Amino acid sequence: MSTWAIVLFQRDLRLSVRVGGSALVGVLFFLAVVTVIPFGVGPDLNLLSRIGPAILWIGALLATLLGLDRLFQADRDDGTIDLMLMAGRPLELVVLIKCLAHWVATGLPLVVAAPLLGVFLNLEPAAMAAVTLTLLVGTPALTLIGAIGAALTVTLRRGGLLLAVLVVPLAIPVLIFGVSSADAAIHDPVPFLTPFLILCALSLIAAVIGPIASAAALRFAAD
Amino acid sequence: MFEDLSFSLEGGSALVVTGANGIGKSSLLRTLAGLVPLAQGSIRLEGGAPDTPPQEHIHYFGHQDAVKPALSALENLQFWRNFCAAAHGSGFSGDPMEPLKAFDILGIEHTAQLPAAFLSAGQKRRLSLCRLLVTPRPVWLMDEPTAALDRVSESQLLDLMNAHLAAGGLIVTATHSDLALEKTLNLHLQTGDAADLPLEDAPQ
Repeated sequence: MSTWAIVLFQRDLRLSVRVGGSALVGVLFFLAVVTVIPFGVGPDLNLLSRIGPAILWIGALLATLLGLDRLFQADRDDGTIDLMLMAGRPLELVVLIKCLAHWVATGLPLVVAAPLLGVFLNLEPAAMAAVTLTLLVGTPALTLIGAIGAALTVTLRRGGLLLAVLVVPLAIPVLIFGVSSADAAIHDPVPFLTPFLILCALSLIAAVIGPIASAAALRFAAD
Repeated sequence: MFEDLSFSLEGGSALVVTGANGIGKSSLLRTLAGLVPLAQGSIRLEGGAPDTPPQEHIHYFGHQDAVKPALSALENLQFWRNFCAAAHGSGFSGDPMEPLKAFDILGIEHTAQLPAAFLSAGQKRRLSLCRLLVTPRPVWLMDEPTAALDRVSESQLLDLMNAHLAAGGLIVTATHSDLALEKTLNLHLQTGDAADLPLEDAPQ
């Protein structure tokens, strides 16, 4: 990988670690969502362990949405995006690397926290491992799809809410296959690998479409 | 936005764009930078690297500093040094400068390790200016380059701009103050009803 890509990755990672502890806020929000749902559905342990994977996935989706609005906004506010457009580097790759750094800073902590939160939801060890694995391959797709929304709303002052409205419908397939492969790991007759491989495919598709669409939106937003 | 606007600039000379507020000086620079698409007409750069669009030969020094407050001054500069691709053109002999030397020239070497959040507006501006020195590119587009600079750094800036011109570079700058540049053309922008030709050549 060339130097500029590594430098960009390091810079974005350093910025997200130094500014506002985005990883911690995301994990705390994830924790808040996951702990609040048992209060809503009542103390039925069987029910909780049945819907546990779904709760973890929805929590991860919401926590991912939380940090997405800053993905390009900060760089646009101080003119960095203009210079990136002129830097002579393919903008699609720039977006991909920014998404990767953003995922490492905000998505990966969610994956790491998922087994612990699984305990709160009375998940079996096998289910916990399955949910963690599906989150590991599925959350990059959420970030990459979210990048499209972040790029489209980059010119708006309070684009965060519109971003969520744009991104949530696009994230539904990821959610469906993420939860169904986690469920398949718990219930024996259903094969785990089929929905899991579709989830992997969704992440790979998002890794192609997300950067291309986001780069187009950012170019359009420059004028 | 612009009508009947045409100019050409040869290596080693500067174009000073003047005009009232809101007349479109910044828009002209952003158009030249390729950030605003052209509705009509064309921008050509002769003698640049083949297969490289003109904007990748250009340094844009606008109102925004692109300085990240959470990174130190040196980290900011080093990022741009490694991220921004250098460009060369025929007749342009600019050399890359070491980040610390650029800091030294602009008088902000003592802030190198400080987070950029502690820098004043003028110091941030100078830090942003260092970006133009560490990556050589033949064309500089400078929007109000002297804004927020004190007298000393203003003269440093002029020295740097003259050095860039002497190396065969081009400068297009929008400004309200008089810049003592070696070889300049003036472009005065006016609203459409004035019948005067917008372009006038002013030797020296």
